[in-house]
Amino acid sequence: MQRGLLHLIFPHPALTVVLLLTWCLLTASVSLGNLFLGLLLGILVPIVTAAYWPDRPMMRSPLRFIAYVFIVLWDILLANFEVAWIVLFRSNRSMQSNWIVIPLEIRHPEAVAVLAGTITLTPGTVSADLSQSGRYLLVHALDAPAPEQTAREIKHRYERRLKEIFE
Amino acid sequence: MILQAILEWATVIALLLGAMFTIVGSYGLLKLDDPMKRLHAPTKAATMGVGSLLAAAMLHEAAAGEVSVNEILIMVFLFLTAPISANFIAKVAIHGRTCDRPPAPSPDEVWGTNDVELEDIPEPKA
Repeated sequence: MQRGLLHLIFPHPALTVVLLLTWCLLTASVSLGNLFLGLLLGILVPIVTAAYWPDRPMMRSPLRFIAYVFIVLWDILLANFEVAWIVLFRSNRSMQSNWIVIPLEIRHPEAVAVLAGTITLTPGTVSADLSQSGRYLLVHALDAPAPEQTAREIKHRYERRLKEIFE
Repeated sequence: MILQAILEWATVIALLLGAMFTIVGSYGLLKLDDPMKRLHAPTKAATMGVGSLLAAAMLHEAAAGEVSVNEILIMVFLFLTAPISANFIAKVAIHGRTCDRPPAPSPDEVWGTNDVELEDIPEPKA
């Protein structure tokens, strides 16, 4: 019974924590009043939005996800310099812009969304579309002389990690 | 004193980096010749440009002896929303045929955005 009551108040504990943290960051204070308000939001918002996450995936390892965020930030940093170089010093004609089709192994919509977002945030690649069944991801690359190679790199670097985190 | 000087120099470097990447992003928007290619330029300005400027703001506060964390939130919201607008622009480019046609995902499938029979779309009334 105890567990049932807890579940009723905190249907989505991770979301509650995220909302509490967001509230504290937003108000930039951790006073008792703000913690209380944040907690109140953390309880109300998950209950109100419950209809929108019918079968959310359990994130199996939040620590790995944090590691993933730092890997992506580092990649964004490197890719920025790379793309800046291409934009400044390469002529339009010598850029080999290509569509890249990436067959996906991950199935959870949330995992696919994170992968697509990662690809867009890393300069040089933009995710453009998903196939009807959600099994292929369409990516546009600014300069990819070997599309298959780029697809393999993305799969190895990001998708493999997301698979470990979500599935 | 020394720590403060280091923080101030770091602020300057972050500001310059942010300004540089924002300029390169805008320059890319002018220089590149294809809508899909152009899409790559603003992603750079949004991530590295704004990121560096926000880092500069945080470093500046730290040099003044205060802690400011709102910038992290700005970054998070930007990172959540930027891919969505990029995705929409890409879909518009595909539909408007202003870029090369993407290859089919597999023989028996189409891309989500093409999952409409063209006859289904009513002609716009003049």
